[in-house]
Amino acid sequence: MVDQIPAVLVLAPLFGALLIGLIGHRDHRVCFPIALASLSVTFFGAIAAAQHVFTNGPMDYFVGGWEKPLGIGIHLRIDALNALLLIAIATVAVLVTFFSIRRVGEKNTEKTHYFYILFLLLCLGLFGITIAADAFNLFVLIEVSSLTSYGLIAMGSSRSGTYAAFNYVLMGTVGASFYLLGVGYLYLTTGSLNMQDIHTILGSNPEIAQSKAVTIAFIFILVGIWIKMAFFPLYGWLPNAYSYSPSSTACFLAPLMTKISVYVMIRVMISVFGLEWIFVSLGWSHLVVWLAVIAILAGSVLALAQREIKKMLCYLIVAEVGYMVGGAWLADEGLWGMTGALYHILADAAMTLCLFLAAGIFVKRFRAREISDLEGMFRKAPWVMAAFVIGALAMIGVPPTCGFFSKFYLIRGGLDAGHWEYVGALLISSLINAVLFFRIFEIAFFGNKPAEGHDHSHDPHETEELPVASNEAPPVWSGNLPLFATAVIIILLGIYNGPVVALIRTFLEELPIVASSL
Amino acid sequence: MAEFIHDHIQPYFNYWVYVIIMMIGLWALIAKNNLIKKLIGLSIFQTAIILFYVSMGVKDGATIPILGHHGSSPPASEHRLFEDLDEEEPKKAHGKPVDHHAADDEHGEDHTHGHAGHHKTNPDLIANPLPHVLMLTAIVVGVATLGVALAISQMIFKEFGSLEEDEILEEIKASASDG
Repeated sequence: MVDQIPAVLVLAPLFGALLIGLIGHRDHRVCFPIALASLSVTFFGAIAAAQHVFTNGPMDYFVGGWEKPLGIGIHLRIDALNALLLIAIATVAVLVTFFSIRRVGEKNTEKTHYFYILFLLLCLGLFGITIAADAFNLFVLIEVSSLTSYGLIAMGSSRSGTYAAFNYVLMGTVGASFYLLGVGYLYLTTGSLNMQDIHTILGSNPEIAQSKAVTIAFIFILVGIWIKMAFFPLYGWLPNAYSYSPSSTACFLAPLMTKISVYVMIRVMISVFGLEWIFVSLGWSHLVVWLAVIAILAGSVLALAQREIKKMLCYLIVAEVGYMVGGAWLADEGLWGMTGALYHILADAAMTLCLFLAAGIFVKRFRAREISDLEGMFRKAPWVMAAFVIGALAMIGVPPTCGFFSKFYLIRGGLDAGHWEYVGALLISSLINAVLFFRIFEIAFFGNKPAEGHDHSHDPHETEELPVASNEAPPVWSGNLPLFATAVIIILLGIYNGPVVALIRTFLEELPIVASSL
Repeated sequence: MAEFIHDHIQPYFNYWVYVIIMMIGLWALIAKNNLIKKLIGLSIFQTAIILFYVSMGVKDGATIPILGHHGSSPPASEHRLFEDLDEEEPKKAHGKPVDHHAADDEHGEDHTHGHAGHHKTNPDLIANPLPHVLMLTAIVVGVATLGVALAISQMIFKEFGSLEEDEILEEIKASASDG
């Protein structure tokens, strides 16, 4: 039974989506239970898989029993690297499903089932990306998740959102195409598409590994993934696409899409090319760390310039991507940077989710889109604001939250590697985050804003309809429950960072290449 | 010049063509103002990659990769297929480094040897089917992307009344400053 989990993780959302497609248009109220049921299956499946992986080692699953040596099969693999991520994705998915009850459907119920179909297919894509062990399958699953997210973003009511979705389609497709091109070069040189196979062939044939074609393949793959994760010079599509999309969509995409791309980069570095090849043969890891430094600083400064809450959070994501890329590329001098990057994937998913959920609630209940609209929010919604504060403190990096510990490990990695510029960028970014969020706290607490009459300042196309006066509107808990759960997760993940980091460390130290050469 | 063409362009003619087509697509994607033209550029870009993969699997004088059944029942031959491949696995791992020229032959061998079950088939005479099969999937992905993008551009046209990028940007700016 446990052996079948990798397939179940992908199939449960797929069948959920098909079921909603079949019956969802008749009665949109069935959509939510079906989505919740199929995501609960994946949630418990992910936990069972993690338990199995941490006691018995990696799980391999060959769909249809077509084993590796054939040209292409569907090879799914769960190991310590992605087991934790699976739980994170499933948790975020379940929480956002709760959140989505009141977000979707209020406006036009005939679109509800479309939202849930795309949402479940997006979950399928993300689970698939996480467990795929075949370079070409990874491409297909990246496209599955991208296509569904284009649709979800374009479902928003704002005009700028449609245009942002179009730009996202162009950028996303170019990114995936670059990745595909890189895989083509890898296949040309190694004759395999399976990640483990490619790794073995590159490891045992230095001539192949040193060839220019493999370097070109790596660069294409890296640039493709960087576009997908909105790494600094390639981030242009992200802020508009996320801030103009519907709240539920933004809450799901913002914590996961970029993080999953970072995971894909780390997976490609570790499982396909190998850390030794990247850091010893290639030898330009310093350049990438510098790029990450620029990404962190630029993201933070641009966030400082925003007036809209969601836009500001989007630029913070750009900075956070810089944290993780920089941390992962410190792996040549000790593993704390990589550990920090992997832990930060989980931590950042939790805190981004928390902040976006809070921002979604502000927009929906108080029509507060801009930072100045938050005036007096501590009085109007003390609990929502409390959760927002926890998320913000995690973003700044205040001790009991997970944000502090991920920054701690990343800085430790930077110090070990002697990359002072990276350490400096992290500290400056924390300071800027502190300025950003304490400015919001001040406005929300004291409300010392000059009276400008902001109530009428909205663009009529951008505002969503009032949530009141709809007898279908579900209770307030559907918004608050996931928010509070996320806030609790942020603190728990911080307090129990030890065991999580120990799991990551064990995985990294077991990598054969790390043991021998680094 | 003639020597350069002979050494560098002629043997890699497919690859030169794919790079040129890809650059045309990328240029249209970046430089064109009309959204539909951008999409055409995107399609050209994706098609170039498909050409790249397809030319990977092609060999001189090779035929389509379909083998006869030769009387054996399907389950038995499937069993053979796995055995043969298991034997070949170590060979592949230690395979000699492949340059672009020999790449096609090498892959063809890997994948067609197993199919045979009897050793009369010469892998040099059979094109490598794998890249072609991969491209079927990639074409489907490309069609889906194009469909989504066209649907979104239709929405854009409904909302802005235009498909020219500069006009759309102007309108977005105007509505932002009005608000």
